[in-house]
Amino acid sequence: MADHLVTGSEEALSGPGRATGPGLHARVRVPGRLDAEVTAAAGSVVAVIGPNGAGKSTLLGALAGTTAMAGEVEVGGRSWTAPPLAVRHRRVGLVFQDQSLFPHLSALENVAFGLRARGRARTPARARAQEWLDRLGVGELAARRPRQLSGGQAQRVAIARALATEPELLLLDEPFSGLDVGVATALRIELARHLADFAGVALLVTHHALDALTLADEVLVLDGGRVAQTGTPRDVAAHPLTDHVARLVGLNVVADAETNRSFPPSAVTVSLRAPEGSARNRWRASVLSVVPHGDAVRLLARTDGAQELIADVTPEAAVELGLDPGREVWLTVKETSVRTYPRTASMRP
Amino acid sequence: MTPPPDAGATTLSGSHLGRPPLVLVVPGAVAAALLVVPLVTLVLDTPWGDFLDQLGSAPVLAALRITALTSAVTVLACLVLGTPLAWLLARVDFAGRSVLRAAVAVPLVLPPVVAGVALVTALGRNGVVGSLLRETTGLTVPFTTTAVVIAHTFVAMPFYVLSVEGALRTAGERYDVVAATLGATRWHAFRRVTLPLAMPGVVAGAVLAWARSLGEFGATITFAGNFPGTTQTMPSLIYTQLQADPAVARTLSMILLLVSVGVLAGLRNRWLTTS
Repeated sequence: MADHLVTGSEEALSGPGRATGPGLHARVRVPGRLDAEVTAAAGSVVAVIGPNGAGKSTLLGALAGTTAMAGEVEVGGRSWTAPPLAVRHRRVGLVFQDQSLFPHLSALENVAFGLRARGRARTPARARAQEWLDRLGVGELAARRPRQLSGGQAQRVAIARALATEPELLLLDEPFSGLDVGVATALRIELARHLADFAGVALLVTHHALDALTLADEVLVLDGGRVAQTGTPRDVAAHPLTDHVARLVGLNVVADAETNRSFPPSAVTVSLRAPEGSARNRWRASVLSVVPHGDAVRLLARTDGAQELIADVTPEAAVELGLDPGREVWLTVKETSVRTYPRTASMRP
Repeated sequence: MTPPPDAGATTLSGSHLGRPPLVLVVPGAVAAALLVVPLVTLVLDTPWGDFLDQLGSAPVLAALRITALTSAVTVLACLVLGTPLAWLLARVDFAGRSVLRAAVAVPLVLPPVVAGVALVTALGRNGVVGSLLRETTGLTVPFTTTAVVIAHTFVAMPFYVLSVEGALRTAGERYDVVAATLGATRWHAFRRVTLPLAMPGVVAGAVLAWARSLGEFGATITFAGNFPGTTQTMPSLIYTQLQADPAVARTLSMILLLVSVGVLAGLRNRWLTTS
């Protein structure tokens, strides 16, 4: 924990916000969209999660310099904001969901572009680009244009292009979405390998709990343009503070005045008649959707208190109870299955 | 005019939607006739017997040379000057940008003879810029081949600029942003990314500008005159001949028609269909 990063009246970072010397420290304010503080040690991978419109892409744009912001960004002990550093002078590597490879250049030329732009001569730039393509396992596709590549291949080229310039800050904006499940898994494993070697700070925007758990050292949860939670992936997954994260890790979270109570969907019992038990652990709800989930059937229901809960039931039970959207049911959970933890870990004021 | 025997056998025709209504068929046919009949009569009435003799005559060769030269230089001027202007309009947010864009489009709708008068006002011997130029360098622009190029560029540039600006806007700023994050200067990004991606618009704009230059008459004759060997282009020669010998004028028109259709067809195969 670097004390110099926390000043005066600011609340201390919850969780291990370890900024050990070089790395990333940023306070980003984009009016109406984002007001967040991010701290990450060199070599670490931060998963940025949150619902749509939470400010994830805004954060990446502000760090890259393509979105106007107030506040400060410091990378590797050097300020990017005082004085403001032009986009092209920031050592960032960007990977977007839709790759953004230059359509008129071959895979090799795409990867060599950043090296050429930074003044490397043609031949060494191309040799280096070929090395990076080889490293990402797409070396034999060097001559292809982006439209001749599959989604997974193109994303590998895009990652090679971002890493080839040896950035201090790697920004990955949902790099796996839009890919087939198998392709995404292979790429996730590949990326984990490269991130382990990566000396700079990597920020990974994702919608998948799996990405956060397998790739990240740190999780930053954004909600409504603010930091809702930070911590290790395990910690955040076990004690989600927002509905969004609870949903991502497949937990139900019910908030009381001072505590959050979480429980897995498998611990929820569904019945048609009002059950016995504490009112604290039972809800009347209306079924919203019913989808297969592994061997079970996953039920999404909205309680009278407008809280969305998920419950797993056996297919037989689902048929027996006639669980169709619109059906009124009772949901119950045993107190022993409920984990209670304080809400105060939130950075929200 | 008869359709091929098995038309509609493999392609989906609109016949199952009912007969095309006369209220659309009749005006459509009139429009088609209006466009096709004059060209057909021009082809039929051309005195093909002495076509080659006319083509090889000195005044025609001179006019063809002037036309080829000035239209080529006009396209070059559009590429060199118009591309940067299109980029500024599409990418740089400056005060008066929308006013400038409107001003650039004015020559599109300006009667060419008015364009000629405007050029005389600016660059004529006693014009605002022209007199200054004459006093400082002793050069005068009107009635020179340079004047022809300036007149052609004035009327052709808007076609080029609007075409390229449209292509730049369509391509979007996204790739410029990506190039910047990879460390490219704006000039590097322009050369390696922006311009290559806007190339279909550049080619289409150049073709439009060239076609406009080829047929330019009003502004040219007003600003540059009609002097054989220096400012007499093909359209000016046709205009002169029409008063002296209409048959020769028809031959010259046929030459111009063949040249323009030929070049357009060549370009269409090369570029325009893929864009």
